Amino acid sequence: MTLLLGALTIGLILSLLAMGVMISFRIFSTPDITTDGSITLGAAVAAASIVSGVDPLTATLVATAAGFVAGATTGVLHTQFKIDALLSGILVMTALYSVNLRVMGRSNIPLLGSDTLASQVSGLATRIAGSERLNVFGWLVSPSDLALLLAAFVVASLVAVIVLLFFRTEIGTAMRATGDNAQMVRALGANVELYRIFGLATANGLIALSGALFAQYQGFADAQMGIGMVVWGLASVIIGEALTGGTRSLGLTLCGAIMGSVLFRLLVAIALRWGLNPNDLKLITAVFVFAALVLPGLIGKLRSAGIRQLQPSREN
Amino acid sequence: MLALTNIRKTFNAGTVNEVRALQGIDLEVAEGSFVQLLGMNGSGKSTLLNAVAGSFFLDHGSIRLAGTDITRWSEHRRAKLIGRVFQNPFSGTAPSLSIAENFALAARRGQFRGLGWALNRRLMTELRARIATLRMGLEDRLDNAIGSLSGGQRQALTLLMATWLKPKLLLLDEHTAALDPKSADQVIQLTDEVVKRDRLTVLMVTHSMQQAVSLGDRIIMLNRGKVAHDFSGPEKSRLRPEDLVDRFHEIRRRELLDERAAELLRASYI
Repeated sequence: MTLLLGALTIGLILSLLAMGVMISFRIFSTPDITTDGSITLGAAVAAASIVSGVDPLTATLVATAAGFVAGATTGVLHTQFKIDALLSGILVMTALYSVNLRVMGRSNIPLLGSDTLASQVSGLATRIAGSERLNVFGWLVSPSDLALLLAAFVVASLVAVIVLLFFRTEIGTAMRATGDNAQMVRALGANVELYRIFGLATANGLIALSGALFAQYQGFADAQMGIGMVVWGLASVIIGEALTGGTRSLGLTLCGAIMGSVLFRLLVAIALRWGLNPNDLKLITAVFVFAALVLPGLIGKLRSAGIRQLQPSREN
Repeated sequence: MLALTNIRKTFNAGTVNEVRALQGIDLEVAEGSFVQLLGMNGSGKSTLLNAVAGSFFLDHGSIRLAGTDITRWSEHRRAKLIGRVFQNPFSGTAPSLSIAENFALAARRGQFRGLGWALNRRLMTELRARIATLRMGLEDRLDNAIGSLSGGQRQALTLLMATWLKPKLLLLDEHTAALDPKSADQVIQLTDEVVKRDRLTVLMVTHSMQQAVSLGDRIIMLNRGKVAHDFSGPEKSRLRPEDLVDRFHEIRRRELLDERAAELLRASYI
C-alpha cells in the first residue's frame, strides 16, 4: 500500500514536469532538452537553500524562479541568437550541470532531518490523525503518506488550472497560436520571439518546481537526477494523449498529462517490483517513446496496405 | 497613404546567389486606392509586398504609411497598421485553434494582449453575424478547429480576420492562386465587397490578368525590380487582359533586344 501511495505521489509531482514538457513540446512545438538540467536545478536550489536554513516554501519558489531563468536563457539563445532550438537546449543543459554542482557544492545533498515541505505536511498529518496508522477502506496506511499524496494532488490540480486559465486569455491564446503558425501570429502584431522565450521559461519554471518538490519528497537532491527526464515527460504526455483520445481541448490534454505521468510512474513501480533492473529503466523509457512516436503512423500504413490488398485493383 | 521612396533590396549580396530584387522603386498610393501589382516571376512584386509588410529591412529608401515613417519598424509592430492575406491558405490561420479563437487573435491585431479572456460573449455575437455574411454555414461551427476547413473557406476567413479591425493598408499576396476556380471567384467577390464597404487602401499581387483588369483602380507592372508601367484612371478602366499581355511581350522583346545589343557590342569591340 505504501508503495502504491508513493508511486501515485511521485507521479503527481512529476506531472508538473509533464505539463512543462507539454507546454514546450506540444504548445510551442519545441523539443526542449533544458528539462534535464532544469529539473536538477530546481532540486539543487531547493535543497541547498533548505540546508542553509531558508524556509522550504521560499526555497521552492526560488527554485521555480531559477528554472524560469534557465528556460528564458534557452529561449534567448534560440530566438535572439538564432541557434537551433535543440542545440540551445543542449547548451543550457550542459551549462546547468556545472551550475547545479556549484549550487550544491557537492554531487548530493541529503535532506533527511531538514525542515522541508514534505516533512511539514507529514508532521501536520500525523498530528491531526494522532496515530501512526490509519484505517482507510480496510487498508492500514500511514496518514503522512496519505497527506503527501493529497498535497501533491492539490498542487498538480492547482497548477493545471492556472495553466489552463492562462492559455485561455488573450495573450495565452496568441501563444498557443505561435506553435501552430508563427507567421500568422506575427502578421497579427504579436512579438513571437518574446512569446517563445516566455513559453520556454514557464515550461522550465514548472519543471524546476517539479524537481524542487521531488527532492523534498524523496529526501535528497542529486546532480544526476535529471538525466533522461525530458523523455520521461514526453512519455507521460504521449500516454496522456492516448488516454484522452488525442483531443484538441486544452483542459483534457492537461488532465491527460497528469494521468499519463501517474500511470507511467505506476507501471514503472510495478515493473520494478517484478524485478526489473532499475538500470534498464531509461532504455525502456526511450524505446517506449520511440514506439509511441512511430507506431501510430506505422499502424495506419499497415492498415491502408491491408485494405488495398483486400480490394482487388480496378485494372484487373 | 503609402509612400515608397527609392526602395532597394539585394538578397545574398556579394555571393553567386545575389538577387537584386528591388532596384529603386518609387510609389505613392492614395487613400482608398486599390492597386494591383503585376509582373513576371522574379519581377519583385512579392518582395515589394513583403518589404511593406516588414518581413525584412531595406538596404536603401524609406516607407511611409499613414503619415509615419515605418522603415525601421519590425514586422509585428507594422501589423498595427497593416492587414495581410497570404498566398498559402494555411499561412493565415492557426489550424489547431478554433474559428472563434483565430478571430479572437485577429480582433486584437497590433494591440496590447492582456489577461482578459480571449473569447467573450460580445465577440461571439459579432463573430456569428459577420461570418454569416459569408454564406458558408460556418457561423454554427465557430468551435471547430479551423484546420478542418477547406482552403477556400480558410482564405475567406483570413480575409475577414485581416480586415476585422480596419487596417490602414491591406496586403493581398496572390491570395487566390492556390484555390480552385470556384473558391477563387468567391474569395475575389468577397475581397471586392469588403474593400468597397470599408473603403480600404489595398496592395494586391496577382498573376491573373483577368483579376487585374476587373478589380481595383490602378495597375503597377513591375519588371526586374523596377516599375515598368503605371496604369490608372481612365487608362486602367479601358484596359483589357490582352493589352496587358501585349505589354508583357513588349517588355520581353525589349529585354531580348538589350541582350542582343550587348552581345553585338561585345562581339565588335572586345
